[in-house]
Amino acid sequence: MSVSKHIRNILPVILSIIFALMAWQVTVQVTQLPRFILPAPMDVWLRFLKSLADGSLLYHTGITLSEIILGLLTGITFATVTGYVLAKSRALEKVLSPYLVASQAIPVVAIAPLLVIWLGDGILSKVVICALIVFFPVLVNTVVGVRAVPNALYDLMRSIRATRWQILLKLELPASLPVLLGGLRIGATLSVIGAIVGELVDAEEGLGFLLQLGDFQYDTSMVFVAVFMLIALALSLYGVVTLLERRFLNWQS
Amino acid sequence: MTTSKSILTVLNLSVVFPDSNGGLTALENISFDVAPREFICFLGPSGSGKTTLLRVLANLLQPTAGQVHFIHHQHPKIGMVFQQASLMPWRTVLDNIKLPLELEGVGEVKAQNKAREMIRLVGLKGFENSLPRDLSGGMAQRVGIARALIHDPDLLLLDEPFASLDALTRERMWMELSRIWQAKQKTVIMVTHSINESLFLADRVLVLTQRPGKIKLDVEVDLPRPRTDDIRYTSHFGKLAKKLRGAIE
Repeated sequence: MSVSKHIRNILPVILSIIFALMAWQVTVQVTQLPRFILPAPMDVWLRFLKSLADGSLLYHTGITLSEIILGLLTGITFATVTGYVLAKSRALEKVLSPYLVASQAIPVVAIAPLLVIWLGDGILSKVVICALIVFFPVLVNTVVGVRAVPNALYDLMRSIRATRWQILLKLELPASLPVLLGGLRIGATLSVIGAIVGELVDAEEGLGFLLQLGDFQYDTSMVFVAVFMLIALALSLYGVVTLLERRFLNWQS
Repeated sequence: MTTSKSILTVLNLSVVFPDSNGGLTALENISFDVAPREFICFLGPSGSGKTTLLRVLANLLQPTAGQVHFIHHQHPKIGMVFQQASLMPWRTVLDNIKLPLELEGVGEVKAQNKAREMIRLVGLKGFENSLPRDLSGGMAQRVGIARALIHDPDLLLLDEPFASLDALTRERMWMELSRIWQAKQKTVIMVTHSINESLFLADRVLVLTQRPGKIKLDVEVDLPRPRTDDIRYTSHFGKLAKKLRGAIE
């Protein structure tokens, strides 16, 4: 029952993928474009197998993934701590929010070259770019989440003489978790963009580097492989957040 | 005014909330004593500062003037039941009830056993693992009562706990609370705007006036216990009810 239901759930997804691949193949056949402009699905598949076999794909994916994970962790840490402080202090929020909003007016693409100049073309500059792009959505959701904790539950906790630490762990964290994970969902997908933006500026390794290499060498199939890997990374991160929500938010109807 | 056997003395208590025209006086010069194991009810219309009084007693609000003096401890253990049950929606019934013990650092096994005992006391056996969203209003309030009692508080504060329930459930909850109070022998301070509720439950009813809240009347409820539904149709109940009704503006 549940297995057949599961199949019924993913069947439309599989069918749409098959349909998209067929449309792609037909476009290639009809237009007769050269391969370095539009490779066929099979070209990309063979390129994928080749880069998998020589280990380069996994190596560069690993680099990008570690940038993303380190960037996410850094961004989330700073954003939740800052967000909590802002949620608790209206005065501080008034002072800091103009800067925070102004910082959002600057596209990360515009300051990425600066960060690479300052921090070098290694992993550090990418981690920082990634953290910056993740920071704001997680910050906003932390503020909203903590502010939405019902006053009645604060009264309850104080009436049984809860310490600040107990209020944080047993009330504020679980109560704001739904909104917090919503921010993480946005942050997780943005973090992939952050890492790639950093790598495209200047890098010796990573999927962004692979993408650029393919571009320079007219190895368009390679570019496709790198793009599909990025999609896979973003989907996996999104999936992880969804799993966290299922695990911790099952009390929501 | 202070008698030697009182557990709690409130002296000249006033609460003024700051506002644009010189402050809003919620409570003015309130003084009363509470004896151990006494069930006291504050009766008053909305805006009489009933909830404000409970918040001061629960140490959720600092009074503007006056004193609250507990005889045994400077900071007594409080159990509070709120107008809305105020349960944590992510915790099961059992986990909601054992929260006060968790905060006190009681071991998990001991806390669970005590919580199961409380669940039996309030008649929720079988609902240990239910989530608040699956409970009716009356059941949620039972969880609230169990949670307020589990850490053996010195003082139980009830803030119109049955106001949001339908009439039949409310009357059933009076019986339940009366039974639980007799089993647990706690000192209780309850606020309500229901004359019937106060007479059915309390040993003593204090009537508060419309803002600013002052004590207008202090009545002993000398109805026999245990009280059943029939007591509400006796002439003495009617006489007390009339007296209270007359005192409420």
